[in-house]
Amino acid sequence: MTSFPEAARLALGDTQLRDNLRNATTTIRDKRARAVAEVSDWEELREAGRAIKDDVMRRLDEYLLQFEESVQAAGGNVHWARDAAEANQIVLDVARSHGASEVVKVKSLTTDEIELNDALAAGGVNAIETDFAELILQLDGDWPSHILVPAIHRNRSEIRDLFLRTIARGRELSDEPSELAETARLYLREKFLEAKVGVSGANFGVAETGTVVVVESEGNGRMCTTLPPVLVTVVGIEKLVPTFGDLEVFLQLLPRSSTGERMNPYTSLWTGVTASDGPQEFHVVLLDNGRTRVLADEVGRQALHCIRCSACLNVCPVYVRTGGHAYGSVYPGPIGAILTPQLVGIEHAASLPFASSLCGACYEVCPVKIDIPAVLLHLRAEAEKSFAERAAMRALARVFARVRLYERAQRLARAGERPARHLPGPIARWTEVRDLRPLPKETFREWWSRERGA
Amino acid sequence: MQIGLFVTCLGDTLFPEAPKATVDVLERLGHEVHFPREQTCCGQLHLNSGYRDDALALARRFARIFAEYEAVVSPSSSCVGAVRELSPEIAPRVFELSEFLVERLGVEDVGAHFPHRVTYHPTCHSLRVTKVGDAPLRLLRAVRGLELVDLPEAAECCGFGGTFAVKNADTSGAMLADKCSAIMSTGAEVCTAVDGSCLMQIGGGLSRRQAGVRTMHLAEILAS
Repeated sequence: MTSFPEAARLALGDTQLRDNLRNATTTIRDKRARAVAEVSDWEELREAGRAIKDDVMRRLDEYLLQFEESVQAAGGNVHWARDAAEANQIVLDVARSHGASEVVKVKSLTTDEIELNDALAAGGVNAIETDFAELILQLDGDWPSHILVPAIHRNRSEIRDLFLRTIARGRELSDEPSELAETARLYLREKFLEAKVGVSGANFGVAETGTVVVVESEGNGRMCTTLPPVLVTVVGIEKLVPTFGDLEVFLQLLPRSSTGERMNPYTSLWTGVTASDGPQEFHVVLLDNGRTRVLADEVGRQALHCIRCSACLNVCPVYVRTGGHAYGSVYPGPIGAILTPQLVGIEHAASLPFASSLCGACYEVCPVKIDIPAVLLHLRAEAEKSFAERAAMRALARVFARVRLYERAQRLARAGERPARHLPGPIARWTEVRDLRPLPKETFREWWSRERGA
Repeated sequence: MQIGLFVTCLGDTLFPEAPKATVDVLERLGHEVHFPREQTCCGQLHLNSGYRDDALALARRFARIFAEYEAVVSPSSSCVGAVRELSPEIAPRVFELSEFLVERLGVEDVGAHFPHRVTYHPTCHSLRVTKVGDAPLRLLRAVRGLELVDLPEAAECCGFGGTFAVKNADTSGAMLADKCSAIMSTGAEVCTAVDGSCLMQIGGGLSRRQAGVRTMHLAEILAS
């Protein structure tokens, strides 16, 4: 995987991308701030969200079994998947058992994480993304760069050009959002009506009742979960909540944090199957794919509390400038920087915990109070560092441990200042875009000795 | 009050004017300032770079050196934040300068005179870790002759972030560019803050742009 600094360098050079991102994130960020300011007990709600998730992680084994039992009692089928390959095979088997060559999909990060579409394609099943933004990306062979707004890096005229090339079927098209939406609608309606199998992720699964919840803004997700006769839902095991009543907390926290809306437009809840209403065959795939390992880490496990609102992306000064692709992960931004290294193993994403200035804006907005800076530091400690860096930091620790060495280092720094400016290394990186002030004539401690005596 | 001055390793080595000004302000208010010579680094550099064990060892050393003081005061919110996390045993007695003046001493007017147009950049750690609130602004408003101008997008990070500035130099530079534009749009002569390291980043960027805007630590303005 390309390291974050290298990928970021490319992204930063794309001025169109930076304009698109800046405009979109500023709009959502301001909207969120207004929506949150309206709620007088917002801090208590955040604390409730954190506490519920904390309880879920502590007793996940019990809740998972309870959820399985509840889903089965309501007429659904439960599958357990250790990893992406197992989960993908389960979905493919369901599609094949109904002779489906095409499935319609609800926007889902979890299925992106396991690369379900590729796996289905390899098995001869075409997966159609029905979320407007996901459809745009799928038509263009592109991939999401934001949790909530997958095509945030694209603007309307780019989308118009894409639709003219793909699904407009010769119709005239301007870059008016309503015309673009109508084009997608005409294309998708046919897909919804033809599909035998729908595939979704889930925002929440309720252990007590077996209810599955999908939160979306377009209604296309509801088409997928209600029209096809068969529905398969892939749920990360961390998405459970204990009781139906707990949804009260999250259905307040999530829309205000993510889209800045008071209430979410389309909240679909279903429990198993209901005779002559909606899908008559329902499968849940409970996905581990590294989550159990994350759960074992006392500091890192809070990353599993995430409800995928994306507020942390919109306030992150790094994400806003580099966009999501630079993270090289399905989960970008600050949450991606702590979740991805834990899910895939830190050796595969060692640069991500360092892709932050530790400004703390993410922690401030997180609706479930994930202390992202603390987890970043925790992961930085675990990441493999270069030999040169380790040696330098070790030497520095020794210098800081003894004031005589420290004072000598200060004198050496002054002597070596001029030559050091011409060497490659940290100083050269610093002076690429900033000036470096010369060292002062005397250090504070030298001044103190001169003025006040030893 | 006997105050232990925590100058920070960067303040000591790179920008001694900030700790010197801190001494001036505290002494002007009638306090006795001590400089424990044994002090070096609080451990933040190692903590933020992923060397927690080294950081904890330095933090224990730090706590020992400052154990005897009723109050420990520093012109760096970021280092104070690190001490609070790493050395909980002395945390309640460690203060960032503006926080110490306004919250602990109840002083807003320190008798300063600074007839210039100034904008204030609230550093990330002063806002979200040390949480100094509006203490720096209260102090600035009480400075005679000073015209305080609002900084657009003030709460956004300047891009310093310790080793972030060199490990992710391109992203840091992009953040710095926006911060410099915001500062230059205010028409201020001086940009101030409560963290010397962020001012080093901002000052380096402004200087490269020949912006004609100086950076000064809050303590320097208060001491003038």
